[in-house]
Amino acid sequence: MKILVAVKRVVDYNVKIRINADGTDLATDGVKMGMNPFDENAIEAALQLKEQAKASEIIAVSLGSSANQDILRHALAMGVDRAILVETNSKLQPLAVAKLLKAVIEQEQPDLILLGKQAIDDDAGQAGQMLAALLNYPQATFASSLQLENNELQVMREVDGGTETLALSLPAVVTADLRLNNPRFVKLPNLMMARKKKITTIPAANLGVDIKSRLKLLKLAEPAPRKPGMMVSSVDELLRKLLDHEGVTL
Amino acid sequence: MNILVLAEHDGQQLNPACLQAITAAQFWQAPVHVLLVGSALDTIASHLTNVSGVAKVIKAEAAHLENPLAEDIATLLVSISSDYRVILAAHTSFSRNTLPRAAALLDVAMISDALEIQAENCYVRSIYAGNILTHIQSQDAMQVLTVHSSHFIAAASQEGSAEISSIDVPVPFTQTRWLAAKHTQSDRPALSSAKVVVSGGRSLGSAENFEQVLSPLAAKLGAALGATRAAVDAGYAANEIQVGQTGVMVAPELYIAVGISGAVQHTYGMKDSRVVVAINQDPDAPIFQIADYGLVADLFDTIPVITAAIK
Repeated sequence: MKILVAVKRVVDYNVKIRINADGTDLATDGVKMGMNPFDENAIEAALQLKEQAKASEIIAVSLGSSANQDILRHALAMGVDRAILVETNSKLQPLAVAKLLKAVIEQEQPDLILLGKQAIDDDAGQAGQMLAALLNYPQATFASSLQLENNELQVMREVDGGTETLALSLPAVVTADLRLNNPRFVKLPNLMMARKKKITTIPAANLGVDIKSRLKLLKLAEPAPRKPGMMVSSVDELLRKLLDHEGVTL
Repeated sequence: MNILVLAEHDGQQLNPACLQAITAAQFWQAPVHVLLVGSALDTIASHLTNVSGVAKVIKAEAAHLENPLAEDIATLLVSISSDYRVILAAHTSFSRNTLPRAAALLDVAMISDALEIQAENCYVRSIYAGNILTHIQSQDAMQVLTVHSSHFIAAASQEGSAEISSIDVPVPFTQTRWLAAKHTQSDRPALSSAKVVVSGGRSLGSAENFEQVLSPLAAKLGAALGATRAAVDAGYAANEIQVGQTGVMVAPELYIAVGISGAVQHTYGMKDSRVVVAINQDPDAPIFQIADYGLVADLFDTIPVITAAIK
């Protein structure tokens, strides 16, 4: 079985992102970047299936500029077999991501496609579902466990207020939630070895896909801060203030 | 052209967030239809005819839709899409699963978790865990979106006037089979719609402490329990009560943050709360910057005192 994992390069989750001086874009120059955390869960799930001898090859795919090579090296160091960069300097929205991935999938014919459930930069959470739609494949989003038996994938999904379990025929698309697994740390020797592995680059233009933005950015803004609060020094004072100022009786 | 709201229900009751989505749908000043998907919909359909602002309730009823799949709902939405210029739903796990699939089939971009609708194709939504607001304009003729329900008031009940109709259901998608669902049984109110939320962080130290310290307070307040991702990852609390960027969004009247440092990934999910109380031993904890009332204190000493003080 062949698994394809899509990975996105995002601003590190510890960075507090700012708007640039002229207000037209985010200030990402010199900011620490890395692999979207949910995508690391997706890679880990693929590696575990390979370790259970249920998968033979894992391919990581990223879409974007040549800078994305760093997260593909990271994926290779985690243990994926090969990497593909679909290169473009255009900003990609989820529908364009799904269309580009579909084109790669038509070439590679994987049995299982894994993605993170959302990217922590644009917080859209759409690419996996859109990709499944375009391929007319079964989908299981927000996966917290995976089991592959007899060419059928059982997926437990995290949903509001509990879980849901689905059985998918392959090929299928699954998006990973954080609880799916704990992604392995990359050891230095593996990182060195990953430098020798090949990353295949495909210019996005060669895939014949419309990647124009459908959502036009009009303005960026920082949210208004909450009104300043106050510190209280005791439980009594807290309860009194809640009652007097907020009309909240505890 | 009409506006379609995809409703979510459990077979018995409507998810209350749908009432907020119905309010959001009024923005376009066009007839609002509500689509119900399931196997036995009469009770919920007649309830919906009594919701203000609903012109028509559409039932898509079939045995295989008892636990509907995103695959089937998406084809259903596409089959009726020519009557609609907007398809929207509340931003819940149900619609987050379903609407992107429908949007891709319709070849339109989707707007996730719109905070505000500013014009017929212009929206405000947040990125980077709520750190940045983007104002965006959709270039597509059709709009597909989920809305941040706490930013819209719930549609009221009124004397019913909406009509009920049924539609043909497309053939089932057979590559996916629904196997099971597990709903966490709890006497507490649902987290996403609770009036009071008591949330705990990693400082609770253990699952036992989480339960023993916070449960009596939550019980006295009739509150839902919430948790940070750190507390969930440490195994102190169940994942479904995680509040934040990758968990549940809450906007209660009162949010009590206990031993929570206040990482943006957490505060994203609770900063719309009306009153925030934070109790933390660390005076520099970022939670105090967004709290209305902050108390620097040991939670193990303080929470029992607060619990005892409540009548």
